Amino acid sequence: MITNLVEYFENNVVKNNSSKIAVVDRDKQYSFAYIEEHAKKIASYILSFNIDTYNKPVGVFLEKSVDVVISNIAAMYSCMPYMNMDIKTPLMRISNIIEQVDPVVIITNSKYESKIKEIYNGNIINIENFDYKIEIDNQKIQARQKMHIDTNPLCIINTSGSTGVPKSVVLNHKSFFDFMDWAFETMPFTENEVIGSLSPVVFDIYSFELCLMLSKASTIVLIPDGLSTFPIKILNLLEKNKTTFLFWVPTIMVNMANMDLLNKVDLSSIKLIWFAGEVFPTKQLNIWRRELPYTMFVNMYGPIEITLDCTYFIVDRDFADDEPLPIGYPCRNTDILILDGDQLSKDGEDGELCVRGTSLAMGYYNNPEKTQAAFVQNPLNLYYPELIYRTGDIVCKNSCGEIMFKGRKDTLIKHLGYRIELGEIEHIIVSVLKIVDNVCVMYDKNKKEIICVYENDTEISMADFRKKIGNALPKYMMPTGYIHILEMPRNTNGKIDRNALKLQYIGE
Amino acid sequence: MREKILEILQDLRPELDFTESTDFIEDGYLDSFDMVALVSAIDKEYGISILGEDIVPENFSNIESIIKIINKYL
Repeated sequence: MITNLVEYFENNVVKNNSSKIAVVDRDKQYSFAYIEEHAKKIASYILSFNIDTYNKPVGVFLEKSVDVVISNIAAMYSCMPYMNMDIKTPLMRISNIIEQVDPVVIITNSKYESKIKEIYNGNIINIENFDYKIEIDNQKIQARQKMHIDTNPLCIINTSGSTGVPKSVVLNHKSFFDFMDWAFETMPFTENEVIGSLSPVVFDIYSFELCLMLSKASTIVLIPDGLSTFPIKILNLLEKNKTTFLFWVPTIMVNMANMDLLNKVDLSSIKLIWFAGEVFPTKQLNIWRRELPYTMFVNMYGPIEITLDCTYFIVDRDFADDEPLPIGYPCRNTDILILDGDQLSKDGEDGELCVRGTSLAMGYYNNPEKTQAAFVQNPLNLYYPELIYRTGDIVCKNSCGEIMFKGRKDTLIKHLGYRIELGEIEHIIVSVLKIVDNVCVMYDKNKKEIICVYENDTEISMADFRKKIGNALPKYMMPTGYIHILEMPRNTNGKIDRNALKLQYIGE
Repeated sequence: MREKILEILQDLRPELDFTESTDFIEDGYLDSFDMVALVSAIDKEYGISILGEDIVPENFSNIESIIKIINKYL
C-alpha cells in the first residue's frame, strides 16, 4: 500500500533506474540515485530538528533548478508538504504567505538568504552551503513513513485571493494518486518520457511533472526561468533533449505559433502535449496541429482546488480558427455537476461547474471563511456530509455532450497563464498602499490588458503608480492601463458601477 | 532612432530607467511579456517584421543591439 508519493520513487523507480537521468538543469545532468541521496540527506537534517508535525510545510524559495526538485522530494521523505514560493514576487506578498502558513523550515540559497531572514525567523537551510557529508538517517525517515497517511498534504500552492492575501491551497497525496491513476489509464505515458518543463515551480503543472518523474522514471528537462523571453531557445532545448511530453500554458505556445518558429526545429519526438490554465485560441492551436500532425493535443481544465485538472478534451477532430475548443469530459473518478444555484442546470443551459470526488483539496490553509465559501455541502445530497467545490466558472454542454467554458461568475481572471483576483489588486492599491481612495480594476480580454480606473483629485503618473504597486504585487498582476477620473459612477445602492466602467473604457 | 526606441521601452516599463542598464535581459528589465510587446511595437514603428529566430538575448540586451537588429531589416 502506498500512502506517500515518494514511495513510488523509493520502491520502484530508483531501484531500476539508478543511473538514468532524472533531471537536466542547464548543462548538467543528475541521475535518479543522485536525487534520492541528496533528498534523503536534506530530509535527515530536517528531521534532526525533531519536528513532530505533518501539516506544516517545508518552504522553498529558490529559482527553478535541480535544488527545487531535491528540496521537494526531501519534504516528501520528511512527511511534510512542500510549498514553493515565487522568487519574483515582492517580499511583502511572500511575508503575508509566511505569516499565514508558517513553514517549519525554508530552503533557499545565498542569493535570497538575507531576504528570507528579513521576514522569517524560523529554520533556514542554505542549500548551497548544505553539508552533504551528513549521514542519511534511514531509521527516522522510515519511522515517519510508517505513520504517514494518504490524506496528509503533499504540497501547498498559493493562488491570488480577493482579500489581498493569497489563498494557500492544501493538496493531499491521495488526490495526486487519483489524478495519476486517471492519467496513466487514459494517456499514452511510458517509462521513457522526457518532459520539457516550462511551468514555474509554484504552479501545479510542475507538481504533476514531479509525479511523472517519481512514479514513471521520467526525465525532467528544466527550462530556466529567463528562457521564456526567447521562444526559439526553448524550442532548441526541446529538440536537443528529444522531449516527448509538454504540459504548458497556452500563452507561450501562441507566441511560438505567431513567431512562425515551429517549422524551424524538429519536434517530432513530442508525442503528447497538454495545455491548461487558459483558453487556447484555436487559430494558433491549428498551427501547432499542422506542424506536429502525429502529436496528441489535449485541452485540460481545472482549478487548483481540485488537484491539477478535472476535465479533458483530446483534440480529435478539426476546429475552424474561430471555433472554441470544448473543455470536454470529466476525468475518471471525478463527477462534474453543472449547477444553477442549488439545482442541476437544464440540458444545454449555463450553470456553475462544481466538482465532486477524491480530487478535492483539503481547503485553504488557515482560512476557514474562504474554505467554507468554496467547499460546500453537495446541495443534491440531503442524506450525509459530502463536499463539492464550486469553481465559479460558468459552463454548458454542447450538442455532443462536451462541456464548453463560457466565463466567470466573479472578477477572477486568467492572464498570461496566472490566475488573478482583480479584487486583490484593488485591495492592495486602496487598503494596503493607500495610493488612491477608489479604484476599479478591469480586464480587457481582447487586448489582454489589466486596466485600473482610479478616482482621485489629481492624476498620478503611470511610472509612480507602477513603482508603488511593484513593491506589493508580482509583475504579472500590475495593471498596464491607468485611467484617471474625478468620480466613480455608482449604482443605486452606492457601489462602484463596474459594468458602466467596463462599457465606457473597454467597450463590453 | 535611439530616442524612439528608448520611448518604446519606457512606455513598456514606465517605472524603470533604461539608461541605467547595460544589459536589459540580465538586469531583468524585460521579461517574456515585455518582449512580445516590444517586438510588436518595433515592427509597427518601422514597418518591419522581426523573425522569431532573431528574438534572442544578444539582439535585445541594450539599445545598440536593438538598433543593429532593426537596421538588419530596414
